[in-house]
Amino acid sequence: MSDTLAGLLQAAALVAALAVCWKPLGDYMARIFTTTKDLPIERGVYRVIGVDSSADQRWPVYARAVLAFSMIGVASLYLLQRVQSHLPLSLGFPDVPPALAFNTASSFLTNTNWQAYSGESTMGHLVQMTGLAVQNFVSAAVGIAVAVALIRGFSRGRTDRIGNFWVDLVRVTFRVLLPIAFVAAVVLVAMGAIQNFSSGTAVSTLAGHHQTLTGGPVASQEAIKELGTNGGGFYNANSAHPFENPNPLSNLFEIFLLLVIPVALTRTFGTMVGDRRQGYALLAVMGVLWLGALVAVTTLEMHHPGAAAQAAGASMEGKETRFGVPGSSLFAVSTTGTSTGAVDSFHSSYGGIAGGVLILNMGLGEVAPGGVGSGLYGILVLAILTVFVAGLMVGRTPEYLRKKITGREIKLVALSILTMPMIVLIGTGLAMSLKAGKSSMLNSGPHGLSEVLYAFMSAANNNGSAFAGLSANTTFYDIALALAMLIGRFVPILLVLALAGSLARQQPVPANEGTLPTHGGLFVSMLVGVVIIVAGLTFFPVLALGPLAEGLS
Amino acid sequence: MTSLGQFGPAARLVLLLTLVLGIGYPLVVTGVAQVAFGSQADGSLVRHGGKVVGSSLVGQAYDDPSYFQGRPSAAGDGYDPLSTSASNLGLDNPELVKQVKERRAAAVKADGTRPAHVAPDALLASGSGLDPQISPEYAAQQVARVARERGLSEARVRSLVAAHTKGRTLGFLGEPRVDLLELNLALDRVG
Repeated sequence: MSDTLAGLLQAAALVAALAVCWKPLGDYMARIFTTTKDLPIERGVYRVIGVDSSADQRWPVYARAVLAFSMIGVASLYLLQRVQSHLPLSLGFPDVPPALAFNTASSFLTNTNWQAYSGESTMGHLVQMTGLAVQNFVSAAVGIAVAVALIRGFSRGRTDRIGNFWVDLVRVTFRVLLPIAFVAAVVLVAMGAIQNFSSGTAVSTLAGHHQTLTGGPVASQEAIKELGTNGGGFYNANSAHPFENPNPLSNLFEIFLLLVIPVALTRTFGTMVGDRRQGYALLAVMGVLWLGALVAVTTLEMHHPGAAAQAAGASMEGKETRFGVPGSSLFAVSTTGTSTGAVDSFHSSYGGIAGGVLILNMGLGEVAPGGVGSGLYGILVLAILTVFVAGLMVGRTPEYLRKKITGREIKLVALSILTMPMIVLIGTGLAMSLKAGKSSMLNSGPHGLSEVLYAFMSAANNNGSAFAGLSANTTFYDIALALAMLIGRFVPILLVLALAGSLARQQPVPANEGTLPTHGGLFVSMLVGVVIIVAGLTFFPVLALGPLAEGLS
Repeated sequence: MTSLGQFGPAARLVLLLTLVLGIGYPLVVTGVAQVAFGSQADGSLVRHGGKVVGSSLVGQAYDDPSYFQGRPSAAGDGYDPLSTSASNLGLDNPELVKQVKERRAAAVKADGTRPAHVAPDALLASGSGLDPQISPEYAAQQVARVARERGLSEARVRSLVAAHTKGRTLGFLGEPRVDLLELNLALDRVG
């Protein structure tokens, strides 16, 4: 079988698996967020934490609950790392230094999972389990909760209530993430991922060297790392590590896990707003963007770009033998498109232009198809911008899903869209003008700029993957990127919740002949165009100086 | 509820979820994994002569010409699981171009291959630095050398390589590849 055919079949198998799960998982999530029934275990949780599950919140209360939960989360994760040496299963590792601990806490809290440390030489098993993996669950749950609150902005009318954060969080954790992660973890172990509490096995190798085979609860963390679009590897090598991702089948399974919730949420959206075609339309936009990036990256990498790959005859630097170019490209596009940031190959060693596509894939605002929850609210924000642009063209007041898009909504949308590019461009500019920023680059010239740009893009989009050449564990990058992650996560969340509140208050307007249909091909193409133009115009200059200059030179 | 009022539920929920998701979940997964798939859960360890000699999933430095060699590794001093890493060098980085040239020269010298025929994975480092496998092309390139070093016929060595070569999973996933630890162990058994 030719490489191309195998690559196509692999992508087709993935799409088929996602298609099978789309309806049942999407509808299941819609039921979870509309039912008034609590499970017995959930009633227990509400009693312990002291909330009334039947009381819906106004958006400012919902937002304060998100912030309070996140502040406690970041403090708890920071503290766990700072006292690691006193905890059991620490493997003898010292306390994590303050700047790195702050960076890591911000990173896992914001669903970014940027890692300025190496797992195998920094974090003991207990911190991985009770700190990092717990945030893998709850940061994903927070993203989904916010997306659902925004959906309620459309599906409800004449109310100031957008749901109850605690209920959304608890339900998505106990009814979606935990059961799927459990099954996925066991499947991963069956495929070869490890799951133990060993502190390592010293072996004498065939050639007589000493090698320490690492242990750890890897599969349980791997499952939620992908499912929650988190991406923080147990090990530095992330999903390229054979203990995290042992074979081509586990590779495809992990790609499936990181896509399945963002994709199914479009169904949840369509079901909750009572018009499933709206969900198809968003799915189509995400699919077009994902497929475009996939074709571009795979084709570019198959033609061994760059001097070294040209010389060697294949673009296999930083890629594993068992995955090859198609398996690595599929992972790379899916991880940058979903804000996951896990990697099964190292993006710094992709060809210049393919690396640029991966950066642009994040620059789209992570809507192809985006992180769990964040992808859906990201694309809804862009959809509102699209109906606004369309409204300007024909001179009508724009509406989306029977809600009027007024000045207030557009201000919130514009601020939300501008947040990420502001962080990326100001952050990259600052780093390039400071010695502390420049001295961390591994490669010089355009590739060096790409490393820095990738870092801020990854942080501000809560992606977490890296052009890992950059020495990111310096005080400057630890703090700067932590701030980029926090602002990149919580400013849009607050704006989206305000938007949800503003939309929920409106009385739905009946559709008329002047309403732009938002489920057809015309709207889908317009939305794709808006996504690409917004990202393209924002990032073209800096992409030209980095990856494009490298690829064309 | 006031702004401050949200901190109570938040703190209690973080604590509760830390116990359930941070302790309960990995413990239960470990229990199930150890009972149902114990060998995989422990790292697919490979024993030889009663001793663990490695993991079938983790590459080793086989730096002895009588063994099949793995790919260049950027993990520590090479194949160090305590320091997994890729090189992260850009494809136009002169350093990487130089490395490719040097590795090609070394392969030509060791295996007697023609320069243009050196397999790409002999020249380029893996992502994890622990790649346990090589391409069939890279294995074929090393057959003559290994046979000579061990005083075996090339046909014998070639058949051992074939026995440890996997095709694409399910016929279309990943790439054909040769399991090095198993292959080198089989060579040791033959002599």
